Amino acid sequence: MSERTLRGKVAIAGIGETTYYKHGQSPDAEFKLALQAILAACDDAGIDPKEVDGFASYGDDRSDAPRLAAALGIKELRFSNMHWGGGGGGVAASVANAAAAVHSGMANCVIAFRSLAQGQFARYGRSRLGAAAMGDDAFLAPYGLISPAQRFAMKITRFMSDHGIRHEALRAIAMASYHHAQSNPRAVMYGRPLTEEKYDASRWIIEPFHRLFDCCQENDGAGAVLVVPADRAKDLPHKPTYLLGTAQGGHHRSAAPVHNAPDYASAHFPTVAKNMWAMAKLGPQDVDVVQAYENFTGGVLLSLVEHGFVDPKKANEFLVLENLLAPSGKMPMNTSGGNLAECYMHGLEMVNEAVRQLRGTANNQVAGAEVVAVLGGPMVTPVSSLVLGTEATL
Amino acid sequence: MSTTTKRALPDGLPAPDQPPLTKPYWDGTRAGKLVIQRCKGCGAHQWGPEWVCHRCHSFDLGWEEVAPTGRIWSWQRPHHPVHQALTGFGPYTIVLVELPHAGNVRMVGNLICEPTAPVEIGAEVEAVFEPHDEADPPYTLVQWRLKD
Repeated sequence: MSERTLRGKVAIAGIGETTYYKHGQSPDAEFKLALQAILAACDDAGIDPKEVDGFASYGDDRSDAPRLAAALGIKELRFSNMHWGGGGGGVAASVANAAAAVHSGMANCVIAFRSLAQGQFARYGRSRLGAAAMGDDAFLAPYGLISPAQRFAMKITRFMSDHGIRHEALRAIAMASYHHAQSNPRAVMYGRPLTEEKYDASRWIIEPFHRLFDCCQENDGAGAVLVVPADRAKDLPHKPTYLLGTAQGGHHRSAAPVHNAPDYASAHFPTVAKNMWAMAKLGPQDVDVVQAYENFTGGVLLSLVEHGFVDPKKANEFLVLENLLAPSGKMPMNTSGGNLAECYMHGLEMVNEAVRQLRGTANNQVAGAEVVAVLGGPMVTPVSSLVLGTEATL
Repeated sequence: MSTTTKRALPDGLPAPDQPPLTKPYWDGTRAGKLVIQRCKGCGAHQWGPEWVCHRCHSFDLGWEEVAPTGRIWSWQRPHHPVHQALTGFGPYTIVLVELPHAGNVRMVGNLICEPTAPVEIGAEVEAVFEPHDEADPPYTLVQWRLKD
């Protein structure tokens, strides 16, 4: 039996995004943003948008595939897919699902995308609950546990306490994103640098580990990538970037109700990371650049640990700013500014940045980058991750 | 049993929905009792409520009163008001309480303490029942305070 894998089977041929806006600032409707990003990805790939035959998204994206297909005059819709779960847990999974469709022959040319206009729709950081809290929320909201930050904070408190990790490690994560955004004109925080003093003086969102700058922005915009079979990518304008490994899901009962996951102080990547590295036939030591989804900096720490990038015993020493910076840090991370400082496009902007690094066209280019990992939104379930590489890694 | 008329948080937060799956828990708190799911097939404790036992897949889940004590497994102290009822209030303290005598299930509640009080993981706590009699339907929340 032949090996069942996506390694080297598909490529990202095009990337696209809209202008990124502060939340509520987009002059365009959410669906229009989705269309703009998708058309930009097709243009980047040199592929006629009418050739697209599938759409994959996540996080309950409101720009649904049938409407997109009709609006764009798609000749034939062969694949439409919404990945369960909130936030950016599904960012890598949307690319993986597009890849699975392409490799299996279900479709030929699939867009993975995310569109968000929080002016048009509701924000995440304010309650959208009604007078009655349903499901899990019935046991949480009456106690003032409502927002995403609050849903995850007690994981962080416990992990940091168990391992004696200091808040300064999280500060380095936030500062790396802001540092990189200063040389990325696409970034919402371009021209708005972050200093240690500014971070330390920022207000508490949640004690003991969530200051303002530990929390992601909320933004308006859209991002998209175009996934095609590997052999087709060779004839397109850009240097192909290949999918080497990907996985999604969560370990044993990670979604157990009311904060009862057996391994609670976790980003939920232990099995997902193992499966991703196994498919990629690589490990963290082979990665040149890391894009690690920041919903909250504590989640980045957990995610880095569970993918094998950081030993919790050495986190205080390793997670310092100089180690995280392009071009020459030990582990250049979130090189476009990430969710914190480029744009909170639920991680889709990180997939685009991974492709730029492998093409050699990033604003903060790591010289000779051959392998880039994208660690999707942590602490939800399902989570997902992927590894991309250049032709040399096949 | 310990009850309090002084509420941990301002009025106006969402009230808990009480569908059939979780009703025995809310009926219990009204009577000042902490009751959680326990499988009649294999004896596993389970929280939050679910239709099936995660261990043996029995649908025959019973409810059992457990001692209203535990220890702090983790905590957080929100400052930013995420709901209009919390505007101008806070910070307040949320704890995740582990019940070692009930299969280590965990419950979420508020720790009744000063907003600047240090919180220690592992500290022993006991439940305090906080009735909301005026609500329709009425309900009782379970809060926690440090054991003397």
